[in-house]
Amino acid sequence: MAIDIGAAEVSYLEHRGVHRGIASWVLSTDHKRIGILYLTSLLSFFAVGVLIGILMRLELIAPGETLVSARVYNSMFTLHGMIMIFLFIIPGIPAAFGNFFLPILIGAKDVAFPRLNLLSWWVYVAGATLAVLSLFSGGGAPDTGWTFYAPYSLRTGTNVTLAVFAAFVLGFSSILTGINFVTTIHRLRAPGMSWFRLPLFVWSLYATAWVQVLATPILALTLMLVMLERIVGLGLFDAARGGDPLLYQHLFWIYSHPAVYIMILPAMGVVSEIIPTFSRQKIFGYKAIAFSSLAIAFVGYLVWGHHMYTSGMSDTARWVFSLLTFLVAVPSGIKVFNWVATLYKGAIDLAPPLLYTLSFIFLFMIGGFTGLISGALATNLHIHDTAFVVGHFHYVMFGGTGFMLFAALLYWFPKMFGRMVPARPMWLAWLLMFIGFNALYFPMLILGWMGMPRRYYDYLPRFQPLNVVSTAGSWVLALGLAVFFVTLWRARRHGEIAPANPWGGSTLEWQIASPPPVENFERIPVIERGPYEYGEIPPVE
Amino acid sequence: MTALGTYVKVWLALIALTGLTVTAAGLHLGSLSVLAAILIASVKSSLVLSFFMNLRSEERVFKVMLGVAMATMAVIMLLTFVDVWYR
Repeated sequence: MAIDIGAAEVSYLEHRGVHRGIASWVLSTDHKRIGILYLTSLLSFFAVGVLIGILMRLELIAPGETLVSARVYNSMFTLHGMIMIFLFIIPGIPAAFGNFFLPILIGAKDVAFPRLNLLSWWVYVAGATLAVLSLFSGGGAPDTGWTFYAPYSLRTGTNVTLAVFAAFVLGFSSILTGINFVTTIHRLRAPGMSWFRLPLFVWSLYATAWVQVLATPILALTLMLVMLERIVGLGLFDAARGGDPLLYQHLFWIYSHPAVYIMILPAMGVVSEIIPTFSRQKIFGYKAIAFSSLAIAFVGYLVWGHHMYTSGMSDTARWVFSLLTFLVAVPSGIKVFNWVATLYKGAIDLAPPLLYTLSFIFLFMIGGFTGLISGALATNLHIHDTAFVVGHFHYVMFGGTGFMLFAALLYWFPKMFGRMVPARPMWLAWLLMFIGFNALYFPMLILGWMGMPRRYYDYLPRFQPLNVVSTAGSWVLALGLAVFFVTLWRARRHGEIAPANPWGGSTLEWQIASPPPVENFERIPVIERGPYEYGEIPPVE
Repeated sequence: MTALGTYVKVWLALIALTGLTVTAAGLHLGSLSVLAAILIASVKSSLVLSFFMNLRSEERVFKVMLGVAMATMAVIMLLTFVDVWYR
């Protein structure tokens, strides 16, 4: 059954609007152009974050001062965290692919508030600029870690105030995107696009948007309190003046743990799109996956205390948070089982997007299981603040969200740019990244278990062999990343022309031209089937 | 359309509740003082939302959305107090 969308008009890439040149991008309210703006910006910051990461690993290749001083190292891990979290992975998939594909997937011409959408990108750029300024002004780059824990963040001479203000501004970009997505999904679905005909990526964006709207203001307020503490000395977090330093940790993690789900939920949504397409099967357990996204978003609010087991928090709170932490593993497990069940007896095509997606499942499961070790109160006391935790969250964030961002790029690149990406170099890139990634982060799990603390530029000599492996892994990973992005860059100009539906996908984006027309659909489509009905889709050309 | 008189009454109620907050703070209720302040503030914000922001006459979906936000905040506060009360 074909969906009537009218004749194709000129693509969004070729459309000549009011503005010319760079202005046609930075002043465009087209959700697709804004998606590309976000993608370009956040990948640029990702490159900087990777570079700092490689330099940190180089410092850790041998005990003692190898490359940089302790002070510089402290600033490096703060910057690496700030860039990767606030500038890359939180906006990541929702801001880039969500902006580009959400309206198309629900049969709309744009998001509900296109100007607000453009504003969110400008706010993001403003926040990023402030973050860069904080490195070179005041007392220099902050050295507190991306968590800005009180009381140190209140006392350090480095430029914490401006860095915190940057994160404050960036939060508003996230809130604006969240408001836009919630409204768009409620109000702009095409006729017949009922809630249970929504592609699962849309469900994940919906759950994410709610977390963005509800949790981010808490971070904004918390960071504002840090600024006020530093400027006028309120004493809120100062025990000597009746304040409570643990209050800061509570407030910070009330946002920052749900933020983990802002990072991972959209990635899970992409998995739920790619697996049905490349196994040509209807997704197994549609409603279970959809509701598990909401469950993760909700339970994700209740587990922040597992970051604070060794902080001096009450014993009752510690076991309550530990119990709740175990609960959040249940909806994550539901998703993994459903994905694997979708693959079962499918006509599997191991094209690069699926290969990267399967790596996600493998790496995310290591991240998830090490998360249980970290979330269990008893074992946490052993591995708290060690390299184990660093390994764990890189498995979740990079092995999970990072690999899925790459998979999303490979999956949707033909639609976004109208060019195919050659598969061979992407298999090579995958091999390098997969080996490099595991060589880089698995030793951290072992090192942490052996007792190596995190956030030090130095370590005991007995930890050196595994640190050398880890550093060598960072080089292999970087090589893989270089192959990946150089191939994409070349494909943008020289790749084969992509057909409208190169993968035989069944969701709406594959029913329109590649790259999409300016307004997506000449006529708003009428939806009469679910998103993954492969029996009705013609085979791949 | 809400009558002007209703707005004035709500405003007076808000002022009275502000007075109650100040009074309650002076009673030294220990750990209950925070609870009292939160309860009074909840009543005040409900009044503002219902009357000044006209939530009373809005569609159900907006009330549900606000309910979700309020419930989330309530659970977050409760969990924070699980630490503070048992420390």
